[in-house]
Amino acid sequence: MADETLSLKKAFSGHGGFGVDETTMAAMVTKWRKQPDQKSRFRSDFSGFFTKIGSIEKCEDDYLLRLKTEFSRFKNIMVLWLMHPWERDARWMHHVMHKSYPFTVIVEIACTRTSEELLGAKRAYQALFNHSVEEDVAYHIKESYSKLLVGLVSSFRYEGPQVDNDMAKWEAKALGNVIKSSGSGKLIQNEEVIRILTTRSKRHLKATFKHYKELHGKPIEEDLGANLCLQETVKCIDKPAKYFSEAINIAFKEGADKPSKLSLTRVIISRADVDMEEIKETYHKQFGVKLEDMITKNTHGHYKDTLLTLIGK
Amino acid sequence: MSTLTIPHVIPSPQEDCEKLHTAFSGWGTNEGDIIEVVTHRTADQRNAIRWTYHDIYGEDLLKSLDKELTQDFEKAVLLWMLDPIERDATLVNGAVKKWAPHDRVLVEIAVTRTANELLAVRKAYQEKYKKSLEEDVAAHTTGDFRKLMLPLVSSYRYEGPEVDSGLAKSEAHILRKHIKDEEYNHEEVIRILTTRSKSQLMATFNAYHEEHGNPINKDLKKDPKDDFLFALRSIIRCITCPERYLEKVIRLSMKNTGTDENALTRVVTTRAEVNLKEIKEVYYKRNTVKLEHAIKKDTKGHYEDFLLALVGSEEE
Repeated sequence: MADETLSLKKAFSGHGGFGVDETTMAAMVTKWRKQPDQKSRFRSDFSGFFTKIGSIEKCEDDYLLRLKTEFSRFKNIMVLWLMHPWERDARWMHHVMHKSYPFTVIVEIACTRTSEELLGAKRAYQALFNHSVEEDVAYHIKESYSKLLVGLVSSFRYEGPQVDNDMAKWEAKALGNVIKSSGSGKLIQNEEVIRILTTRSKRHLKATFKHYKELHGKPIEEDLGANLCLQETVKCIDKPAKYFSEAINIAFKEGADKPSKLSLTRVIISRADVDMEEIKETYHKQFGVKLEDMITKNTHGHYKDTLLTLIGK
Repeated sequence: MSTLTIPHVIPSPQEDCEKLHTAFSGWGTNEGDIIEVVTHRTADQRNAIRWTYHDIYGEDLLKSLDKELTQDFEKAVLLWMLDPIERDATLVNGAVKKWAPHDRVLVEIAVTRTANELLAVRKAYQEKYKKSLEEDVAAHTTGDFRKLMLPLVSSYRYEGPEVDSGLAKSEAHILRKHIKDEEYNHEEVIRILTTRSKSQLMATFNAYHEEHGNPINKDLKKDPKDDFLFALRSIIRCITCPERYLEKVIRLSMKNTGTDENALTRVVTTRAEVNLKEIKEVYYKRNTVKLEHAIKKDTKGHYEDFLLALVGSEEE
């Protein structure tokens, strides 16, 4: 009896985690058929979901909203799974401006997709929303990092093998000089920083970051201050697997907010066919636990099954 | 519309290649035959000739032309023979490498081409020069010009007809504010001009005129010698009246003080298959003289023959 209560509570997200356990819920309907007392006892025992008012236990509105989110995780991941990758990316970028997704999602998409994939996403964006993503980002986002963001999203980077090593060295030096002379608040708006990060090819930038480390004895991320936009840009270009592994980790953290938790779906769906193996390895190395174990422990139901399949367990 | 005249019966690429090869052979070059072939073929037909020539004679036709021809005529033919997208990429590369604030080419190409054409130019640029157009523009421009030119060449504008008239009014207001305060390089000015769709911008410029009395370009003429203001006015004209803008480029290229062959060649070769007909009409309206006559007066030799063949003449 106590077991059944516990497992039904868990199924209804009563003990946290992502998603709901539809199978357990359906099984309980069968078990407790025509037993209103069972349900009554369950409601009394589930204080987050229900609260006593007079002689009945009524639902808490907050919890109903939470359930809506948890129930929809499976629906969302299935729709996203079917959706064309370009439409996915277009919608996620749109959400940054219209649904308070963090701006880092735009950095993520602009910097981890190939030039053709980013172009496809921009075309899809135009078809869906009758605006270019560049004009929307420029118009709706008025922060210190706007210029960098618009530049990132407008890019169509060269993807060939050629790298001008002398130029990469020169630009590593130039970045060092700018970092030294700028206040860390000003760095995000510095023209040279923006030019280099938003126009150079990824190969060129990786070479530049390598030279920076050799020149200054530490990776450039350590010198970028608390500039989230700059940090994420460099990470997405130089070590995308690390970026994604950290995004997943933030999603699983205690007290993670709604947008952070949505990253779990987004990262796994968007990387399942790309670099999931590398992300799993990086995750294991960085956090000392296997990704499939985290998912098994912290997610429920069909949502869990889908995630595990997608990461290639 | 195109001003090209294509013969009713088009020789096969093989026949054209033979004629060209013969024109190169022996002492001297038969420029007349070269003009005869290349100026009466469409871009696709010219591409076919280029591939066929390489198949038959083992050499790039452009190399042969480079060996045989000289000066303005050679530059014009080589530019003409390129595929239109490769041609634009070549032109912007030339402009970027020797960029100076009075450059007109980058704005002309970035703004008069469609979003997809500009994108194709960016792709062709990468293939040809192993760098992106954006990184070269960013590296070769400075200050206010970089702030303007980088987003301009990176733009991928929405091309639908939808207009938000409330937005047009408010952005006209923003433009007016910064123009009045002489903050021509303000990020809002640049944002609006480089990201909005062309339809939206036309509505914005109309709203500007209605609400603030002057057409926006009139208010951007504070210093007629200022290159940055010139660039802004050019962007606006290329959006609102590209044919009039290009007519002016052609007209100024043939002023009394000598001919700017580069500009003349550029506009004629890049627009002959697009809207040179409309540009000719504007030219006649503006100058009461036909473009053909102006070219006859201002140029000579094979270069003149080449241009006239592309520009066409209603008298024939």
